[in-house]
Amino acid sequence: MSGHDSYPIPSRIRMERLGTLRRNMMRVTGAVAVSAMLTMGVAACGGDDGGGEGSGNEVTIGFMGDLTGENSGLVIPPRNGAQLAIEQYNATNPKVKIKFKPYDSQGKPEQATTLVQGAIKQDKIVGLIGPAFSGESQATGPILEEAKVPSVSPSATQITLAEKGWKFWHRVVADDAVQSAGAGDFITSQLKAKKVATIHDNQEYGKGLADAIGNAVKPKGAQIMAEGVDDKATDYSATVNKIKSFNPDVVYFGGYYAQAGRLFKQLREGGVKARLMSGDGSLATGLIEGAGQENAQGAMLSCGCLIDEAGTSNAKAKKFATDYQAKFGSPVAIYSGEGYDAATAFIEAIKAGNTEPEKINQYLSTVNFEGVGKPIKFDAKGELASQDIYVYEVKANKMPLLGNTKEAKVE
Amino acid sequence: MFDDFIQSFWPYTIDGLALGAIYALVALGYTMVYGVLRLINFAHAEIWMVGTFVALGTVQLLGVSSVGGIALIGLVAVMALAAAVVSGGAAMLLEVSAYRPLRKKGASRLAALISAIGASIFLQQLFATVVVPVVFGKSEAQGKLPVNEHFVERTNVIDIGPIVISNDKLIVFLGAVLMMVALDQFVNRTKLGRGIRATAQDPQAAVLMGVNIDRVVSATFLVGGAMAGVAAALYFVRFEQAWYFAGFLLGIKAFTAAVLGGIGNIRGALVGGFALGLFEMYGSSIFGSEWRDVVAFSVLILVLMFRPTGILGESLQQARA
Repeated sequence: MSGHDSYPIPSRIRMERLGTLRRNMMRVTGAVAVSAMLTMGVAACGGDDGGGEGSGNEVTIGFMGDLTGENSGLVIPPRNGAQLAIEQYNATNPKVKIKFKPYDSQGKPEQATTLVQGAIKQDKIVGLIGPAFSGESQATGPILEEAKVPSVSPSATQITLAEKGWKFWHRVVADDAVQSAGAGDFITSQLKAKKVATIHDNQEYGKGLADAIGNAVKPKGAQIMAEGVDDKATDYSATVNKIKSFNPDVVYFGGYYAQAGRLFKQLREGGVKARLMSGDGSLATGLIEGAGQENAQGAMLSCGCLIDEAGTSNAKAKKFATDYQAKFGSPVAIYSGEGYDAATAFIEAIKAGNTEPEKINQYLSTVNFEGVGKPIKFDAKGELASQDIYVYEVKANKMPLLGNTKEAKVE
Repeated sequence: MFDDFIQSFWPYTIDGLALGAIYALVALGYTMVYGVLRLINFAHAEIWMVGTFVALGTVQLLGVSSVGGIALIGLVAVMALAAAVVSGGAAMLLEVSAYRPLRKKGASRLAALISAIGASIFLQQLFATVVVPVVFGKSEAQGKLPVNEHFVERTNVIDIGPIVISNDKLIVFLGAVLMMVALDQFVNRTKLGRGIRATAQDPQAAVLMGVNIDRVVSATFLVGGAMAGVAAALYFVRFEQAWYFAGFLLGIKAFTAAVLGGIGNIRGALVGGFALGLFEMYGSSIFGSEWRDVVAFSVLILVLMFRPTGILGESLQQARA
């Protein structure tokens, strides 16, 4: 049998093998495409309960975001907030009722574009709350713009969204520029960091935020280092090694909580002692669960959102916190107030007698009311007129509000 | 650019080997099935994923926390055994339900591939929508989130100058090497192993020589699945997380490792796994973590350009004669 070893493999067979391999590679690509189509199809069919025609005394407002995916923990609270606002409005027996229709994009831009077309054409939505994330907002923006349907996102924070010149797009949250400026200031002046490492997840939102943090702390004299990781990866040992040899005072991660949990765990276990920090995408208790309570202690989160469980900021916030707890059996969470405010903006427009998308959009440019966390008034770009950034700190298994970035004190 | 690489060479090497060990174990499943059936079993990544959940279940069932030292080795052995049994069984079941009917009817290999993709999506969704909510008591919305369990107490067992190895990494590496040696011996020394080699070499002749092909195929899936189960237990010790979608990326990487080493070749899977793990780490070090996969796949392309059959080249039948 050993004689076979010396037989050279005929070149024809070799080519044939290469051919098989190549075909297999093509099959892989095909497989990915097929599975992507399948999931899209399934999601498009799911949750459809007969499109509501705007019948004069009822209009449909959509909500779009990741309702079942990996980061749904960030999107279910604003969905609940919006639903609460609309139910409270419908209970007053108004002339024009609002039908609330959630669309589950799973946070995927390609899925969101398909869904938004259906929402406009079949369900005839007059306004959209969302999409929740920046990537999907980027993808759906032009479609909404062309269909002249207004949207108010409770949570898309990417800077460039406001720079597209979209006239039908709004958001009720401060963008990453404001967040990074606020957080950057906090890192250098309150945390007194001299060396800052940023890590991002290579996605629209995460990379934008992490880069902006780097740019914000650099002029203040901090030494910076930037790293990126794959958003589906589970092994970060290379990143841990890099951070360890850089030995920073603060590590800031731009990305979502499911990954932040994994990353913070591996950083701590790898012996990184720096203060760990992340943005609004990681402001969910899933972060503590993922990292482990011990590893997550002292981690800080910056956010343009106000989560005011005790309702100390104003009477409206207090009522909202109580109503929310009563309806959903859980305390207010990230962006729940923003979801409520976004829905209220549409409600105000409809109350004023506007039932056409374009009219509603016109009204939104003049809307001005006190929301449950902050004053709601849009500028010409669709951004909030007044913007604040808040810092939260992980303590035990909770993430209590530390305060405004300008005032928050750290022991 | 190279400063970091030179300065932290040892940590990168150790992490690369710990990661490569898991790639290699999973790659064995791809390579064995390919060797015997000339089929890429794309559902193999999900067989591995099943194993991570079995490991999670074992830890929860035992109710242990902060395990270290010798006790950790015992725990890993229990987890690996449970995961190997369930994953091996799942792989056999997969073969019987998704591939054998097609094979009996003489369907094309493309049909089996579609069947593999279907099985893969089925298993993912089964875990996301049924197993995680029902068995692990999560809400329906949390089914697609990773399930975490913190139970390992990490200590540095080896600490010689720049070489610092934590207990979990050492266990992963040694456990994987042990399994690979065992598999190599099984394929080369036992009667069933000879059957596997014979089938890989020439299925028709093997039948004529009295080899029961169905049994050989079942055994191949069982062994490949068991290896994936052990890999899952080792992965779980290292990352303490089970996620329905984790098999996606790991499956691609393990498949790449199998191709890199020479698909169909058991020792090739080992070489490919470690090589890929090291390339990823060194690539991240030199070019930054964003370039990790780019480096790994560029190396794959380069290797295939000059050695189209992978590093070790020959397939299962010719590797030993």
